Amino acid sequence: MFDTNELVINMGPQHPSTHGVLRVVLRLDGERVIDANVVIGYLHRGIEKLCEYRDWGQIVLITDRMDYIAAASNNLGYCETVEKLMSLEVPPRARYIRTILAELQRIASHCLWLGTHAMDIGAMTVFLYAFRERELILDLFEDYCGARLTYNAMRIGGLPLDIPPRWDAKVRAFCDILDEKVNEYEELLTHNRIWLERTRRVGVISGEEAVAIGLSGPALRGSGVARDIRKDEPYAAYADFEFDVPLGSDGDTYDRYLVRLEEFRQSTRIIRQALDGLPEGPIIGKVPRLIKPPAGETYHAIESPKGELGYFIVSDGKSNVPYRFRVRPPSFCNLQALPRLVKGHLVADVVALIGSIDIVLGEVDR
Amino acid sequence: MLETYLVPLLKIVVLLNAVLVAVTYMVLLERKVIAWVQVRLGPMRVGPHGVLQPIADAIKLLLKEDITPARADRWVFTLAPIVSMVPALIAFAVIPFDSAITLFGYPITMYVADINVGLLYIVATTSISVYGIILAGYASNSKFPLLAGLRASAQLISYEVAITMMLVSLVVMAGTLSMVGIVRAQLEAGMWYVFVQPVAFVILFIGGLAETNRAPFDLPEAEQELTGGFHTEYSGMRFALFFLAEYANMIVVSAVATTLFLGGWLRPFPNVGALAFLDLVPGWIWFLGKTFVFLYVFIWIRATLPRYRYDQLMRLGWKVLIPLAIANLVVTGLLKVLL
Amino acid sequence: MAEPTRIAPPAGPPDPPPPADLPPPDFIRAIEDRFPGAVQKLSYWVGDWTIVLDAGRLVDVATYLRDAPGALFTFCSDVTASDWPPRPKRFDVVYSLYSIPLRHRVRLKVQAGDGDAVPTVTRVWPSANWLEREVFDLFGIVFAGHPDLRRILMPDDWQGHPQRKDYPLEGPGELLIEDPVEWLKLRQADIE
Repeated sequence: MFDTNELVINMGPQHPSTHGVLRVVLRLDGERVIDANVVIGYLHRGIEKLCEYRDWGQIVLITDRMDYIAAASNNLGYCETVEKLMSLEVPPRARYIRTILAELQRIASHCLWLGTHAMDIGAMTVFLYAFRERELILDLFEDYCGARLTYNAMRIGGLPLDIPPRWDAKVRAFCDILDEKVNEYEELLTHNRIWLERTRRVGVISGEEAVAIGLSGPALRGSGVARDIRKDEPYAAYADFEFDVPLGSDGDTYDRYLVRLEEFRQSTRIIRQALDGLPEGPIIGKVPRLIKPPAGETYHAIESPKGELGYFIVSDGKSNVPYRFRVRPPSFCNLQALPRLVKGHLVADVVALIGSIDIVLGEVDR
Repeated sequence: MLETYLVPLLKIVVLLNAVLVAVTYMVLLERKVIAWVQVRLGPMRVGPHGVLQPIADAIKLLLKEDITPARADRWVFTLAPIVSMVPALIAFAVIPFDSAITLFGYPITMYVADINVGLLYIVATTSISVYGIILAGYASNSKFPLLAGLRASAQLISYEVAITMMLVSLVVMAGTLSMVGIVRAQLEAGMWYVFVQPVAFVILFIGGLAETNRAPFDLPEAEQELTGGFHTEYSGMRFALFFLAEYANMIVVSAVATTLFLGGWLRPFPNVGALAFLDLVPGWIWFLGKTFVFLYVFIWIRATLPRYRYDQLMRLGWKVLIPLAIANLVVTGLLKVLL
Repeated sequence: MAEPTRIAPPAGPPDPPPPADLPPPDFIRAIEDRFPGAVQKLSYWVGDWTIVLDAGRLVDVATYLRDAPGALFTFCSDVTASDWPPRPKRFDVVYSLYSIPLRHRVRLKVQAGDGDAVPTVTRVWPSANWLEREVFDLFGIVFAGHPDLRRILMPDDWQGHPQRKDYPLEGPGELLIEDPVEWLKLRQADIE
């Protein structure tokens, strides 16, 4: 019959800290969470079906809208998948600039993650500081392609635009500013006793369990699994650069926080190397006027700021639209782990864990 | 005749007005300070640099619709914010702003009343304001405010134990419960009690943060908590009263901390003759300055620190602060006897 | 908007066979040895190996692929499906796997008809839980043995499976309905 000791609480689709329209139905025993039922689909726009009716070139615009916090990463994944299908060669200058854009996106996405995660736990000032840095990146992107959120910054075969004059100096200046600011964030949070108490030993997941449940990206690396597509299956120009992949050890929220914080520094390292070694040359390869990949299918994945962003595209070789367009969203697969992570924790930790996994609902629902 | 009735009445009127204006402008102070910490400007539109913002807020709240939940207890619902606000105001009766000043030839003491159990009076009034929270949670006739109200009151009561223990050690030092007497004892000792009883100061500071439900101890009223806190069902002026009661409590705690530890109206280093020129500044300006520093630090902490989870907060109160307060009391007693 | 060029729908996925001079990786040959008859077809295209499997042997092959020392496919990247309407077994359920220790990838494919049930791999890779739910929601393929098979992206009472090729892009025409009560009836909601 009824278990009268349980309380069912709904963290509804509208809630200050679910980072979008996410619904979590919690079953509580007093203050402890027994089970969490995650309901998604409020932002489902049918992108996969829509792209079966859009040109190969038009789809780049649509991919912007999935993970709208890191739009250039989605563009990169899609363009690379189609280039793989067509066996297209991308010129080195385009590959370097794509890497710079992707790393700038990683920093921008992590800035937003840091701000919202800290605000959920109560440190509201970090939110404003992180967004100040994110604004600088958005200004850089506005200089480059004219848009602040949905960039449409890449084309199949390369890039539509070369970098504007003095853009590289601005990016270098930004990298210097960011390195200082990351030290500031560390000062505010990393050794703060309250932060440690709120994030240590909260949401612990071991490496094998994380792999089994499908976590990827910084959430997986926080549990000590050395998995980074930029190192394991290098794409764009990552094979030319030296950088470290930070790993956690305990698999708790604090380790995931440290991993992402260190990724800030590694990203600026990559950007500086890319700017130093930027080759001359064309920015788009030999692309036919009408893009029609030969019949075939492929799966290609990149390391987006949230995890493994994969595209499975099927082309039937004859029509000018894809036959099947599938996105493997990292946030969708990472969110699966939420019920496992919150079990046994208090209600106040649920909010910290949603922030720690770092989801964006545009990607979860597509 | 004049002196026994008119002067105290005047003092009460002036004090109440000053406190209410101060409480209202605390809102602006908090918004401005937090904004400047967060690299933004805060209210700038209403009046030059936003100085008329609190007046605009007050007018807005007064004009709001008066909503009472359907099956709520009307009387208790209206009473709860009053029970929260009034004890904070009446606590100011024993706080000494200065010893005495001469106005038009009359010597006027800068406190409304100097009762010989002033400290006990303050502890009593802050304990009454806990009732306001419980009544609010009960009267809302809704599951979540009730639970949140019980939680908040549990937090307040726990930290009150720590503070009261700490106050006992202070009384042992000064030998009197009267607020004016404690400041005089600091004058005789020649130094502020913060240097003599640093542990007690820290306990008062942390306990004060918890008593007033300020960050980092504000989980019961944070938005990220599922329940909106004990004042969920309140709107308009009643909500404003809770809000202002919180600020009034903050000012009380700051004033008490100033009186007990920072020497009240004494100048810095009251025993050092070379600094006697500082006596040109009237005592009450020293007092207000020190209180202001406390208020600023409270706001600064809110802008900077994350918040504690409820169980961690209770653990801090019971397992850390209370043993510390007891240890402080024991050591103070021993030293007082031996020295 | 680009009109899809009017051509006959393809009969099935291309699945080109591997070139004659490229031997398949060892673990594929091991599968062919251990599970004779399970592998229906091998395919290779732009660097990816695809194994078309018999649905009944899926779980065994999957378990072997996860545990065998030459394969170690511990990470299930993606579970998805394609719809090829002219074919009698119209659906292709595609599993993309990755091995973290050995850093290689493989794709498994299983063919299923409308109404056929495909065995679930959630016991092999728990990450397939929500991925299979999404395939069920959008295609209507039932996964036998799934712990919690219900719709995930669409509302719980939705009729139809949107990602199928015969489902219109605009949806069931609800935008053309003027009367809200009719719209509610379409959604099969409880109305007074």
